[in-house]
Amino acid sequence: MATSALDHAPAHAHEKSGLWSWITTVDHKRIGILYGASAFIFFLLGGLEALLIRVQLANPEQHVVSPETYNQLFTMHGTTMIFLGVMPLSAMFFNYLIPIMIGARDVAFPRLNAMSYWVFLAGGLLLNASWLVHAAPDQGWFGYANLTERQYSPGPNVDFWIVGLQVLGIASLAAAVNFFVTIINLRTKGMRLMRMPMFVWMSLVTQVLLLLAFPVITVALVMLMMDRNFGTHFFIPAGGGDPILWQHLFWVFGHPEVYILILPAFGIVSEILPVFSRKPLFGYAAMVFSGCFIAFLGFGVWSHHMFSTGMGPFADTFFSLMTMLIAIPTGVKIFNWIGTIWGGRLEFKTPMLFALGFIAMFIIGGLSGVMHSSPPADLQQTDTYFVVAHFHYVLFGGSIFALTAGAYYWFPKMSGRMLDEGLGKVHFWLMMLGFNLTFFPMHFLGLNGMPRRVYTYPADLNFGFWNMMETVGAFVLMVSLLVFIYNLLRSVRHGVVAPADPWGGATLEWAIPSPPQEWNFAEIPEVSGRDPLWEWERARGGKLPEPQRVSGKGIHLPNPSYWPIVTAIGILVFFTGFIVGFPYVNIAGVLVTFIGIYSWAFEPA
Amino acid sequence: MSQDAHAMHPETSTGLDSRKMAIWTFIGSECLFFATLISTYVVYRGKSLTGPFPHAEWTSPTGQVFEPILEIKLVTVGTALLLFSSLFVVLALYGAQHNKRGMLLGWLGATIMCGVFFVSMQVYEFTHFVHKGLKLSTNLFGASFFTLTGFHGTHVTIGVIWLFTVFLLALRRKLPPEKALNLELAALYWHFVDVVWIVIFPVVYLMD
Repeated sequence: MATSALDHAPAHAHEKSGLWSWITTVDHKRIGILYGASAFIFFLLGGLEALLIRVQLANPEQHVVSPETYNQLFTMHGTTMIFLGVMPLSAMFFNYLIPIMIGARDVAFPRLNAMSYWVFLAGGLLLNASWLVHAAPDQGWFGYANLTERQYSPGPNVDFWIVGLQVLGIASLAAAVNFFVTIINLRTKGMRLMRMPMFVWMSLVTQVLLLLAFPVITVALVMLMMDRNFGTHFFIPAGGGDPILWQHLFWVFGHPEVYILILPAFGIVSEILPVFSRKPLFGYAAMVFSGCFIAFLGFGVWSHHMFSTGMGPFADTFFSLMTMLIAIPTGVKIFNWIGTIWGGRLEFKTPMLFALGFIAMFIIGGLSGVMHSSPPADLQQTDTYFVVAHFHYVLFGGSIFALTAGAYYWFPKMSGRMLDEGLGKVHFWLMMLGFNLTFFPMHFLGLNGMPRRVYTYPADLNFGFWNMMETVGAFVLMVSLLVFIYNLLRSVRHGVVAPADPWGGATLEWAIPSPPQEWNFAEIPEVSGRDPLWEWERARGGKLPEPQRVSGKGIHLPNPSYWPIVTAIGILVFFTGFIVGFPYVNIAGVLVTFIGIYSWAFEPA
Repeated sequence: MSQDAHAMHPETSTGLDSRKMAIWTFIGSECLFFATLISTYVVYRGKSLTGPFPHAEWTSPTGQVFEPILEIKLVTVGTALLLFSSLFVVLALYGAQHNKRGMLLGWLGATIMCGVFFVSMQVYEFTHFVHKGLKLSTNLFGASFFTLTGFHGTHVTIGVIWLFTVFLLALRRKLPPEKALNLELAALYWHFVDVVWIVIFPVVYLMD
């Protein structure tokens, strides 16, 4: 890239700092870091909840926590890991990487992006505020009616869950509109759709899923809230309502949600495997279309979560077949990943180890998932630890392994320093060991009949041994996370300084300095293929020169703004009104939101 | 090459303005929102355990007679006005794009009046229904009817506020032809709100 037109200035001359600069930032990279930091803290909180669950279950007939607390722990563990852990950790990568990977200076709507983050944070804080009043949600993460109705859940627990998810839904929808438009509309010259990095492709598919799945849960939550607060009977049989409708609406959202959690992981792994195999991604087009196909089918399989409700042979057959069908595009992906590393010059750096670990673990989770597609088998497994084993293999062994791989891979780009390789390898092997020790025995326990969500179990069922092993595994996982945290904290200050392209990557983020300057590209790049850096290197006959930091004179950037956070506060206040029960609070929230939106619409961008 | 995302006519990969694409994307998402509400209404049609009912008379166990709830004539007028308002906003947009101030202000004003009439009609309808004995909590019909049409009414209200904001801009001569997109975005949303009503009206009021 040519930098001749721009005068060279000291590295950090224009970079802003201080708390206010973070509050008013509209820079997609800073917002990405905010997402990552907040999500990691929520993720640790969710991990702590899991650890307490494991301590309670370590031995039969223990009473470490009360049954009420136990219900709150498993509900908040699931809700936190999904909405405050994996989704926003993916959002960190969307934010940081998508604009750079498509050769743009920011997202299409930078202030809307800031608002998405602040609304997400508000939702996370609102959900967790329930702990402070000893009323955390306690009904399970899918909130089945009519347990969630006022008659059976009189406390504010379920209210916290409803409004928390509504607030988080607003954040997700705003971000989805933003990233969809960004990817479709802000691609640089030559960046055709079929040249986009696979991570951008899978992100695009994820945004579509978010756009189409979240409105459904929004309506379902509104109806539940009206049942609880305004005397309707949407899900109350006594008034003619049908609790099964809740299950349908929840899973019409809930199953696409599963793909919202895993598709970004597919994208991350598809970026890492080629770089550490020194080969382009195998079967690019097949990868794109299988991702789209998974998302499409994802809207037609929701009722496999509901075989036990007795839907009849026609519905059972349909959803069973659709579920089996979804294994095909997923299998295509796995074979393409194997095809990518096949015959490659493999480098077993930490990101690669996690990416390979992802493939192995995800295959196990995928296989047990296919088992659930058979209704008679599912009837044996539903609500047992077998299901818990399955979804931890896809969401932890899948999503979390891939997100960790991404963290090691892109940390140098984000911070300008390398994470320690030795500690990274310790982290990987401890996590691999701890993960399998924790979750593999759940297959045995589930098939032997241990139900999920039980507070404790009698000694004579012989569940004790494997439960103890699982608890040991959970502590190994905790140690692996401590190693990771130590690695992060140490490397961010003392890590080896990272060059622009420490791994020999192929995508545009490696063409700019680490960390990138505020405007990403001094000069907007033009691409002519799928792996631009490798093509430029081939054309040049060697490695590209290290990109220089330049002055951003003449580059127009959007102005910082505090109206996004004001709007987010308005939305938070509005929804808090439904918990405290004073309509004045709701009205105040609407007013603040309006002031925020109007000031935002009329301020110079 | 300008990458300024906020310029009025930025260069984009598709040639379509990003704000316009965002509205289309949002409308796509809103389709699922209303689809869920309408589905719920349809699933619960005829499942109310007690009256009053939308299209049939109902005698309560205490012998009180409740007439059918829905007032089709009034709502038909409201529906017609809402449909015409979609035409009016197109004429207003033509005025904005071709610098015809009279057309812009006149037709935009007419659009807003139609919207205000529709919302007022709904407020009257809701209070009238409560007087006739149907509340949100009365039965499944009340719950699903008020929720569905209430959310639609909220959308109309937001549309009216949005269009009125653009009207004020136009009045202060801040809507020159090159900024006509500001009206077009509101108009797109307005058309969508209208289209949703075209589905709701027959499903709720006409299908017995």
